[in-house]
Amino acid sequence: MKAAVIIFPGSNRERDVCTALKRASGKDPAIVWHGDTELPAADLIVLPGGFAYGDYLRCGAMAAHSPIMREVKARAAKGTPVLGICNGFQVLTEAGMLPGALLANRTLSFVCRDVYLRVETSQTMFTCGYETGQAIRVPVAHGEGNYTADPATLDRLEGEGRVAFRYCSAEGELTDEGNFNGSARSIAGILNETRTVLGMMPHPENVTDPLLGGTDGQGLFDGIVSALQ
Amino acid sequence: MKARVHVSLKTGVLDPQGKAIGNALASLGFTGIGEVRQGKLIEIEIEGSDKAAAQAKVEKMCQELLANPVIENYTIELE
Repeated sequence: MKAAVIIFPGSNRERDVCTALKRASGKDPAIVWHGDTELPAADLIVLPGGFAYGDYLRCGAMAAHSPIMREVKARAAKGTPVLGICNGFQVLTEAGMLPGALLANRTLSFVCRDVYLRVETSQTMFTCGYETGQAIRVPVAHGEGNYTADPATLDRLEGEGRVAFRYCSAEGELTDEGNFNGSARSIAGILNETRTVLGMMPHPENVTDPLLGGTDGQGLFDGIVSALQ
Repeated sequence: MKARVHVSLKTGVLDPQGKAIGNALASLGFTGIGEVRQGKLIEIEIEGSDKAAAQAKVEKMCQELLANPVIENYTIELE
């Protein structure tokens, strides 16, 4: 499985996700600059976390219109899987590749700590390394992760099984406290219609090494690798 | 010609910054304040004097970049 990781000015988690991808696949991902217009052959495209273009205007708004995104959209339309983490999720919504938007956290504060996620479906190439209903512990680091969409869109996402992850308690219960950023229906990650694009606010790439406090994120990368082989 | 684009969050979309500003105003002793909403003002110099063309151009800018139609409304003023 060969991945391409896109770097925007202000991306800062590309190294983390490259390390996680290499651990799972054995191959170094290709690094692609946002100003490039050509993407190398890739089985997976990753938009990493960070603060692309300094979050100017709206998080992800500038990055969504950078030259490489035209090619990312074209590849996604042909079925190449795309994973957007944190800022990458914001870019995917701004680019119109995923519905909804990410607002400021309801507390207005930047939250950087471990949270719990419930895997809502294992029936995707991204989540097949987990069990449906499993609670995993993964860090978040964002100020604008409060997912919002109109009720019809939320109903459609739920009805089509396109909610990949929700914020929850350590026991996997949906609680108001667990939904720390105020996301609509506790949504932490969603899929597109073809289930080949995943956007999620938490950082699974940062819990793939026991030395860094956990390995609950490993399932995502192992799942992707096994699904694509 | 100058275009002023006001971008604001749609009614019903949570505006925690507006809320925080409202709370700060109340703590400063201002009374009789209802809901506070925070928006953005973007000023753009537009070449030429054709107002209709400028309006259409700025409209397109709003739809493609300046506002996110999922959560924001915009109004355009030309002068």
